[in-house]
Amino acid sequence: MHNKSLRELAQGLGNNDFSSVELTQYFLDRIEANKDINAFITVDRDTSLQQAAEADKLLAAGNSGVLTGIPLAHKDIFCTDGLRTSCGSQMLDNFIAPYNATVIQKFRQAGSVTLGKTNMDEFAMGSSNETSFYGSVLNPWDKDRVPGGSSGGSAAAVAAQLAPAATGTDTGGSIRQPASFCGLTGLKPSYGRVSRYGMIAFASSLDQAGPMTRSAEDAAIMLQTMSGFDERDSTSMDVPVPDYSADLEKDLQGLKIGMPIEFFNTDLDSEIASITIGALREYEKMGAELVEISLPNSHLSVPCYYVLAPAEASSNLSRFDGVRYGYRTAEFEDLLDMYKKTRAEGFGEEVKRRIMIGTYALSAGYYDAYYLKAQKIRRLISDDFTRAFDQCDVIAGPTAPGTAFRFGEKTDDPVAMYLNDIYTISVNLAGLPGMSLPAGMDSQNLPVGLQLIGQYFDESKLLNVAHRYQQVTDWHLRSPENS
Amino acid sequence: MEWETVIGLEIHTQLKTRSKIFSGAATAYGAEANTQACAVDLALPGVLPVMNRDAARMAVKFGLAIGARINQISIFDRKNYFYPDLPKGYQISQLELPIVGKGSITIDVNGKKKVIGVTRAHLEEDAGKSLHEDFHGMTGIDLNRAGTPLIEIVSEPDMRSAAEAVAYLKSIHSLVRYLDICDGNMQEGSFRCDANVSVRPKDQEEFGTRAELKNINSFRFVEKAIEIEVERQIDILESGGRVVQETRLYDSEKNQTRSMRSKEEANDYRYFPDPDLPQMVLEDSFIEEIRAELPELPGARCERFITEYGLSDYDAQALTASRDLADYYEQAVAILPTQPKLISNWVNGELAAGLNRDNTSITESPVTAAMLGQLVTRIDDNTISGKIAKEVFEAIWNGEGNADEIIEKRGLKQISDDSAIEPVIDEILANNTNQVEQYKAGNTKLLGFFVGQVMKATQGKANPKQVNQLLSKKLDK
Amino acid sequence: MSINNDDVEKIAHLARLAIDPAQLETYTQTLSEILDLVEQMNEVDTDGIDAMAHPRDTELRLRADAVTEENQRDKYLKLAPASENGLFLVPKVLD
Repeated sequence: MHNKSLRELAQGLGNNDFSSVELTQYFLDRIEANKDINAFITVDRDTSLQQAAEADKLLAAGNSGVLTGIPLAHKDIFCTDGLRTSCGSQMLDNFIAPYNATVIQKFRQAGSVTLGKTNMDEFAMGSSNETSFYGSVLNPWDKDRVPGGSSGGSAAAVAAQLAPAATGTDTGGSIRQPASFCGLTGLKPSYGRVSRYGMIAFASSLDQAGPMTRSAEDAAIMLQTMSGFDERDSTSMDVPVPDYSADLEKDLQGLKIGMPIEFFNTDLDSEIASITIGALREYEKMGAELVEISLPNSHLSVPCYYVLAPAEASSNLSRFDGVRYGYRTAEFEDLLDMYKKTRAEGFGEEVKRRIMIGTYALSAGYYDAYYLKAQKIRRLISDDFTRAFDQCDVIAGPTAPGTAFRFGEKTDDPVAMYLNDIYTISVNLAGLPGMSLPAGMDSQNLPVGLQLIGQYFDESKLLNVAHRYQQVTDWHLRSPENS
Repeated sequence: MEWETVIGLEIHTQLKTRSKIFSGAATAYGAEANTQACAVDLALPGVLPVMNRDAARMAVKFGLAIGARINQISIFDRKNYFYPDLPKGYQISQLELPIVGKGSITIDVNGKKKVIGVTRAHLEEDAGKSLHEDFHGMTGIDLNRAGTPLIEIVSEPDMRSAAEAVAYLKSIHSLVRYLDICDGNMQEGSFRCDANVSVRPKDQEEFGTRAELKNINSFRFVEKAIEIEVERQIDILESGGRVVQETRLYDSEKNQTRSMRSKEEANDYRYFPDPDLPQMVLEDSFIEEIRAELPELPGARCERFITEYGLSDYDAQALTASRDLADYYEQAVAILPTQPKLISNWVNGELAAGLNRDNTSITESPVTAAMLGQLVTRIDDNTISGKIAKEVFEAIWNGEGNADEIIEKRGLKQISDDSAIEPVIDEILANNTNQVEQYKAGNTKLLGFFVGQVMKATQGKANPKQVNQLLSKKLDK
Repeated sequence: MSINNDDVEKIAHLARLAIDPAQLETYTQTLSEILDLVEQMNEVDTDGIDAMAHPRDTELRLRADAVTEENQRDKYLKLAPASENGLFLVPKVLD
């Protein structure tokens, strides 16, 4: 059952081949059997099975949609009513969310079952899942290696087939990079496409939730449910949601694929380069045209991001103060002491580092040199994309500069870790949709992702381009078990 | 040396919306602690703000009323600081692009008019409250007030005395109630004020170092706190010292200000545009709609009362000090349009005294505008005298009915029939022959004595004008 | 531009983070490295460029003024580290 696509699972449920309770039980057992991967922070079997039983009733009544009865894993950044929502932090280790995030609400309304909450870098700050309070997640392809981050638990869960599909969030590459490291299809939608309500904020102007799946077809189904206007999110866009599965098969004849020269320069790892170019040749065979484009400011995306994201984060994380919920230090002398100890103990090192960088960038005397400067560079980066899309329909390149690295390899060097997101960050800065899909394996048998970047609100095109590739290749069908 | 005081005020005005500025929780005052603090107000992880349209509408209304520039694009910023009554660890406010720009308001101090500049007015959210009763050495936090919409109205340093500051505060207070955007309740904290106070040598252009006075939440305290602070600063300067820039708290019991050093340290608020809230763009139509709804403002209404009703400057100002009072007056005048001056005397006299005595507001007055109109009409048509009217007024106040009912019930109708008054006069003249002789000898002042006697004999019911005429006729015969 | 230990202590105080004095030097070093990375921004002249605060230049949506939230105090107070009489409790706040 764990090899089936979402549509196959829906058919199986519809034909009574198996019930939602059986399916859920099956995946819960797989999660239990693969505990070493540490993909989940919280699994609540009883609640999951209860939801599955409800779904079975809906299925029996013929009152069901494509996701009814299908168990899904959710990143532990989404608030789930009555279930611990930790965001990978000791700060929220005891936090039972009192409400559902809009994304969770939508999946529940669609009748899907919550299988559990997946592990993640603390407050989504990391590219290897090593900053989680709950420990590292193992990459199912090589358990000595990281799954990527910050949505590392979701990536590992889907790659190890502990869940048919999962949700993730992406602030600078947190869906696409782990998708690349784990051989998955991951989509970061356009900013404003998916509601951020109930998704614990890291950097509000960059965060977007999206699906992490085994195929573009599955991603289309997931995105269909996640997307849409939400009046509780002032940055959510009131734009109709198209049928994302409708255009999957569209012919690619005449499609113009932009190759940013800056992504293919001599710095790019040769193996990654050849796999990426190999994938682009496939597109040429399908009638697409490759055009060279330039994103001249893309090398500034990492510096720009490491001002803006920490600045927003430093403010977003001020609410974790030990007053209304979450962790509070055991002993303190006075209010100031309570604040300082609570936050020093409740947050991990990477989070504290980013809070301090952000605080500094916003502080008196430095605002113009850092924060304002970064906002201006953000404009330059965004304008680069606007110009590039005059010449092409989608942009393609590598997702990450390398494949999954070993544990501890970059933990002592934050800057090296940050550079892992060099190809993904600019997409968040511009608010565009981006996708990673498996395009090959490197010499160590580790998955390599191809990144596709689309025009604003053009997720349909990305899914179409990804799906056509998956019709002629089988990289997405490989799993750690069968390869 | 002669010193000049320089004062600027920051007024926090709670807007009269039903729900909070960024959430759908209620804003009603006095609810049980934390029962009106929703997920957004508590800053639970993941929640987001959504702006209340009426808060923007009310801010624009204020801006239009002070002739200010309305910024059609304005930005919400985060002001970052840690405090237990500030759940998010930042306050959503407006720094660089506030909704209301420069405007002004005219004040009147002892008949002298002066224009005070308003630098800006921006939208922001209120904080919760810290309750300092002892919970085993802990402080309790109530977040019901957190997220209540405010406009902070910042004046130019245009005021030169405590009296001017109070006049300005009163003008703004009256204006926001006229506009129906704030209930103006200072006890409940709906209308709060901080004052920036400095002194400088009379001819010096440059400002002195200022202190910011907090906790001055009544008109009386504003005046006293400023006066005492000015004294303190002059004392320091005259003894060769220097004033320190700081926040000072006014202690009304001791009538002194004291330094709040705790507020001083490290106030680096790290303002930046709130990424959860795109820029607020107000269409022309939105603003024009509000302009069309704008009520007549206190200044204009006062002028109109002077010209249209022939009132004195003093009376007109008293009547237009609050919109409810002015409305009351005009409702009464509508009943008897020929006597605006007489009605003004009643409203500013008996009615004001009654409200003051019973500590009640014009909207809760037991004598309604219609009742007062009827009462004055009965004076005007000679049914009762002014003196009897006071008795009737008291009876209406005490809930005994309207003027006509009371006049009827108590038999207070004025005697205007010559044939009823003449026998009374004849009797009095007959009983006071001495005085009649003195009068006839030229002491005409005694007419008052006779009138008094007649009024006494008729329990004040005789028409005084008629009594005068009849007496003159009989005595001058 | 690199930062020194004093700067780090000041930032940590603003951010309400207790810093172990033994770790201060490490923080200073790592933060300085990150700032070096960030300062690559100075390569480009950004004079006259409009700052971009949101990924899309959209307009704020205004909601109708209506009370939509019900009292859920008991549910929320259960999450608090310390509460009493319907209040959140914190160490004494001094004015």
